[in-house]
Amino acid sequence: MTSDQPPRVELVGISKAFAGVPALDRVDFTLHPGEVHALLGENGAGKSTLIKIMTGALAADAGEMRLDGRAVAVGSTAEARALGISTVYQEVNLVPTLSVARNVTLGREPRRFGLISWRAAREKARARLKRLSLEIDVERALGSFPVAVQQLVAIARALEEDSRVLVLDEPTASLDAQETRLLFRILRDLKAQGMAVVFISHFLDQVYEISDRISVLRNGRLVGSAATAALPQRELITLMLGRELERVEQRAAAAPKAAGAPVLAAEKLGRRRWIEPFDLVLRAGEAIGLAGLLGSGRTETAKLIFGAVRADSGRLTLDGAPLGHASPRRALRRGIAFCPEDRKAEGLVLDLSVRENILLALQTKRGWLRPLPRDEQRRLAEAMIEALGIATSDAEKPVGQLSGGNQQKVVLARALASKPRVLVLDEPTRGIDVGAHAEIVALVRRLCAEGLALLVASSELDEIVAVSDRVAVLRDRRIVGEIAGAEITRETIIELIAGG
Amino acid sequence: MSVNQTIEVAPAPRTLGTRLRGLAGHRAVWPLLALALILAVNGLVSPGFFSIRVVEGRFFGSTIDILYRAMPTAMVALGMAVVIGSKGIDLSVGAIIAICGATIAWRIHAGDPHVVVLLWALGAGLLCGLWNGALVALLGIQPIVATLVLMVSGRGIGLMINLIYGGTNPSFESPFLQSLSVGHVGLIPTRLLLGAASFAALWLLLRRTALGLFIEAVGGNARAADLAGIGSRLVTYSAYLISGLTAGWAGVILTADTHISDPVSQGLYIELDAILAVVIGGGSLAGGRIHLGMTVIGTLIIQALATLILTSGVPPEYNLVVKAVVVLAVLLLQSDDARAALTRRNRARGSLGGGSPGGGSPGGGSPKGGRRR
Repeated sequence: MTSDQPPRVELVGISKAFAGVPALDRVDFTLHPGEVHALLGENGAGKSTLIKIMTGALAADAGEMRLDGRAVAVGSTAEARALGISTVYQEVNLVPTLSVARNVTLGREPRRFGLISWRAAREKARARLKRLSLEIDVERALGSFPVAVQQLVAIARALEEDSRVLVLDEPTASLDAQETRLLFRILRDLKAQGMAVVFISHFLDQVYEISDRISVLRNGRLVGSAATAALPQRELITLMLGRELERVEQRAAAAPKAAGAPVLAAEKLGRRRWIEPFDLVLRAGEAIGLAGLLGSGRTETAKLIFGAVRADSGRLTLDGAPLGHASPRRALRRGIAFCPEDRKAEGLVLDLSVRENILLALQTKRGWLRPLPRDEQRRLAEAMIEALGIATSDAEKPVGQLSGGNQQKVVLARALASKPRVLVLDEPTRGIDVGAHAEIVALVRRLCAEGLALLVASSELDEIVAVSDRVAVLRDRRIVGEIAGAEITRETIIELIAGG
Repeated sequence: MSVNQTIEVAPAPRTLGTRLRGLAGHRAVWPLLALALILAVNGLVSPGFFSIRVVEGRFFGSTIDILYRAMPTAMVALGMAVVIGSKGIDLSVGAIIAICGATIAWRIHAGDPHVVVLLWALGAGLLCGLWNGALVALLGIQPIVATLVLMVSGRGIGLMINLIYGGTNPSFESPFLQSLSVGHVGLIPTRLLLGAASFAALWLLLRRTALGLFIEAVGGNARAADLAGIGSRLVTYSAYLISGLTAGWAGVILTADTHISDPVSQGLYIELDAILAVVIGGGSLAGGRIHLGMTVIGTLIIQALATLILTSGVPPEYNLVVKAVVVLAVLLLQSDDARAALTRRNRARGSLGGGSPGGGSPGGGSPKGGRRR
């Protein structure tokens, strides 16, 4: 249908690396006028990097961008805007205390004799909102409107008179069903006017409702692009969850092991608007996988089990005894360790050395008055560097100078140094290269064989299949199924995720 | 001199890696160099600057004087370094000094034994830290705003304490407290010994327990620290307690020196010198690191500079501007970016001039650029 027209935007062979770690690898992306093109992928797949390159916020290392067939170099967001590319980022970057009119025209106020003409600003704001069929009092403070209207105001602000491309990053994240319908109606209007829309969302049903075409990114590569109608949901999920581990040997024994004693058990553990109450039993020497799509509640489950977030229903028992109210400190003292998903934001203290980062959890366990002697610190750090194969010139290097895979190993080393009985891993292989990936998977299996109770949340299906003795599958913040032993295959998991 | 430079500078360009690895070493190099330079100029301006004599049974000389005058600011700056390490700031230290001074005068007038008065004063400092910590760590108010509250109100609290017994700027006599501040033990001024002891105690508290590591972890990444089980609230709290205590201690020394409670001007603007000392010592306001030794060096730079300006015969009207210029120079010297910019310009100049010594050596220009000043 729309593909007959010449493409509005063509990205060809786009590559981008951050500090040597590739974020995008020769990605092609084509956007036609009058099309809503959904861009999908897990966290860290490269969606936002691609968007930022398209909108001039980042410069690509390699590749070309064409606009209406003409090669363009977009050096800044202002240049992108001048070319007709408008972006609305995930967080609404507006000032709630200012009026709608001021928000729409902020930084681009119409001027008269060098002074701002408020009357012209109001007119401009009204005209722009009208394009979105939104008639509201533009002199009221933005904050007094519902979130959906604020979202639309953000879009109105982004859309110039000559906008030809609109990029929406998770626009429905904070909207309810009715507000989403309103947004979609407006998107359809814009589409009819020939606007080319990039739509990023992790709500698959919304993607199917609004988009004409779907492209999927994984680990910085484009793994598929197809017309929405020609891409059944199950196939899409398969694309998103990928097959990264093809070369890594699959699990040796598919038969369920004789599981050890229950160590940590969740009974009806849950938290409102976070995760539905669930039951889960972790046993010594057993690895449990948490599978599901982005936003399905993997991280939420892991954090609740560790105590990083407090549950408001149910309880956790350790060796049959209730654990009381949870906190990371209490969890660590009881032998539960956690490696968070976002190692930069939640895992590491980048300015501290490798030694100090590894030491942190063990030191917490001992308390501040019983510092680990310097010699022991060094021995511990060196032992961990050796055991996990952390590539660093020495233990005193600030951890921020290490590569992503090695940083991940430091997070793991910290957890292991605290000598845990239960280890909760959230995305243990996010954003690291294939070699380190295989090493970490092998390590997880070894730890499990040594009697650790493991909980591994991962967006990589093959990783889940490779490490897990049991898998809990999540959908829409709910555990929808549990499978074990020979049942653990990509197909059964996808089936459960798709709701089959 | 240019020959010396070339020889000294030669090893530097060897690798970038050695330079990165020696970052900790480098951090100390620039402030020490700045201090040495300021002292050297002091020596040029006033002959006999480095001589130390024994007068009235104690050491006497300009260098001793610098240490002597720097001690209260150094105490405040050490506490400030801890707070800044936790990614906070404590603007109230000057006001804490005022409160401590008022407390001392009040309790002496009330007839307490002077050792007990000392405990009252330190207790007052600790109480102020308790207040700041509560605002920052428990209520989550931004440090700059939270400590501004006490900064503004503290001097008023000092005046109100004076009102308790109806005095304005009440003076007092206390041989015991004065001996701590202006006395001497053997040849050495008592306050230097006390300063050294306090430094050692603080160092032990931070580095021989895990507290220093915890504060740095919280300052570097509070979320990560929390997930590693460090209760970031308590750790943040402890930083403000330490700052309150060190400010109180400085208040004792300063008040015992003037033996008067003068809440309006006692310790005025000392928070700015303390912050400056931390920054000159290589601390980043972004938090995450505590450099106790370098903070003392930073204080000494400020004090040596003050002495230099006084003795150099620069008209007093120029004092503050000269101070600002030198401080800016020291900060630029420390900044990797600024040194890199200087190197590029030197190199460009070297390649243009052709024969400039060492001008072509990559990466070697920066120390030279600094030294030439």
